[in-house]
Amino acid sequence: MSTTAPVRGAALRVRDVHVAYRQVQVLREITLDLVAGEWLGLIGPNGSGKSTLLRAAVGLVPSSGRFEVASGGPPHPTDLSLMPQAPELPPGMSVVEYVLLGRTAHLGWLGSESRADRQIAVNVLRRLGMSSFADRSVLHLSGGEAQRVVIARALAQQAPVLLLDEPTSALDLGHQVEVLELVDELRHDQGLTVVAAMHDLSVAARYADRLALLHRGHLMAHGTPEQVLEPELLSQVYGHPLRVHTLEGHLVVTPAPRHTKERS
Amino acid sequence: MVVITQTRPRDGLEEAAERAFRLRWPAVAGAVALLLLIGTLSVLQGAGGLAPSGVVRAIVGALPGIEVEQTLTPQQEGLLWQIRVPRTVLAALVGASLALAGAGYQGVFRNPLADPYLLGVSAGAGLGAVLALGFGLDLSWGPIGALPAAAFLGALLAVTGSVLVARCSFRTPATLLLGGIAMAALFSATQTYALQRLDQTRAREVLSWLFGRLATHGWHPVSLLLPYVIVAGVILLLHARHLDVLRLGDDEARALGLHPARSRLVVVTAATLVTAAAVSVSGLIGFVGLVTPHIVRLVVGQSYRMLLPLSALVGAAFLALADIGARTLAAPAELPVGVITAFVGAPFFCFILWRGRGDR
Repeated sequence: MSTTAPVRGAALRVRDVHVAYRQVQVLREITLDLVAGEWLGLIGPNGSGKSTLLRAAVGLVPSSGRFEVASGGPPHPTDLSLMPQAPELPPGMSVVEYVLLGRTAHLGWLGSESRADRQIAVNVLRRLGMSSFADRSVLHLSGGEAQRVVIARALAQQAPVLLLDEPTSALDLGHQVEVLELVDELRHDQGLTVVAAMHDLSVAARYADRLALLHRGHLMAHGTPEQVLEPELLSQVYGHPLRVHTLEGHLVVTPAPRHTKERS
Repeated sequence: MVVITQTRPRDGLEEAAERAFRLRWPAVAGAVALLLLIGTLSVLQGAGGLAPSGVVRAIVGALPGIEVEQTLTPQQEGLLWQIRVPRTVLAALVGASLALAGAGYQGVFRNPLADPYLLGVSAGAGLGAVLALGFGLDLSWGPIGALPAAAFLGALLAVTGSVLVARCSFRTPATLLLGGIAMAALFSATQTYALQRLDQTRAREVLSWLFGRLATHGWHPVSLLLPYVIVAGVILLLHARHLDVLRLGDDEARALGLHPARSRLVVVTAATLVTAAAVSVSGLIGFVGLVTPHIVRLVVGQSYRMLLPLSALVGAAFLALADIGARTLAAPAELPVGVITAFVGAPFFCFILWRGRGDR
């Protein structure tokens, strides 16, 4: 069982990262530190570079600059696990097989799962309350169940940092909350560090300890939700007037109507 | 990281995890039994009046440490050990090779329609072999054999061409096949040209080999093919889990720690090698690599841990059965076995298309 080692407090350091597709700069000069145990919410409009940053961290897109994990080296699949935005659910693959694929980086060159690998998959499924799903085909799961299975695979990877690429974009409100609560619970009882690209600013403010606002590949703001969710900044970035309210101690972002409705 | 609960619930989860990605021995035993049954029928089939009891006695007697009274005449013994048994073993080995290659290609290309024949690999191997046969390459079969080497070069060229064509286009399952069609057309045209340049007798010889035939005198083709089947089989089986990870797509596979390009290169090379070796001993036999993995999937599911070894066994049985058909359907004449596999395989291909998304 790996444990998170909070070396000097940083679980992941991002240093001067640039990403370009052909001639187009998608990310510029991204530098930020991820504190061990925190939940960092990546926010920003579509195309601002949230997914690209996550994908660059696990090496799926070439980038210049450095990603460093707690040990000081570049990230390995045992350091970072990525929960993709649209995970591929192969027909005919059972839930327990899917979760076992999370062990890939831990296997020897013969590629066979040890008893310990299998036990880890079992524990993860049990922890997520999915024991009765083990033999079910991943293709025959509901949206919320599928999301749980993908989280289970990421947990089986036993990486201390969990990257989530819009984990709830396909889910209804109830399932959204269920998945986010689950991630938050796991973060606390397993000491995970979470980076999540999130669309809903109010939800991001509710779950994340800190937010990083991206706009056209630039890091526009980085700090607590109170620091980042500034109405003027958000309105500028999202191209629409936005208002920030405090409701029962939580920040809520709403669009401001361009024309005030007249009440009859 | 994960807390192990002290009282273990009786939910069968441990057992389910134990079964995942495991070879299921009853299925393997079933496939072996099927192969032995068809193999026995194949050995018994044909002219020469070999009594089944005599054949069984001869085979049992050949096993080490068993003495049985023999009832076959020396001529019959010769027929059995130099014609019938080598032919059956050859059919099984070629079938296993093509099915393994098909399963491997289907895995790395994530394409249910991939098959050595449809990818143009067989045509490439055929051209390599024709050039070697027709233009007097020294065929003093060395330990590797000049023929498989020439076939391998042609096959490698063809699969590279198909993949490049597919890469330059939309990445749908169909484009890979279109690349294969282009390659097969190019290689067959070159082959026809090469055959034209040969003298009549030589050309006829090469042609009859090209249509796919398993007739053999003695064990030579078997000993030529066997090392390739073993080497490629071991490589492919060691990559079974890679193929299972690749079912998630390249990005997710890479994020999980696999090197998709490296795995693909190894699997394609092994599959192409074994295809080339099979083509160089038996000519062009299509659809075994397409049909077999699909039939196996229907029975044991999609995991490559099961799919690869069972495809080899079932492919062996399938081609041995097709060869029985080739020898009996137009008896006393003998059909090329490639005709039989195409009669079965082409409708099956349509069936996969009709099912829409195949088994992806």
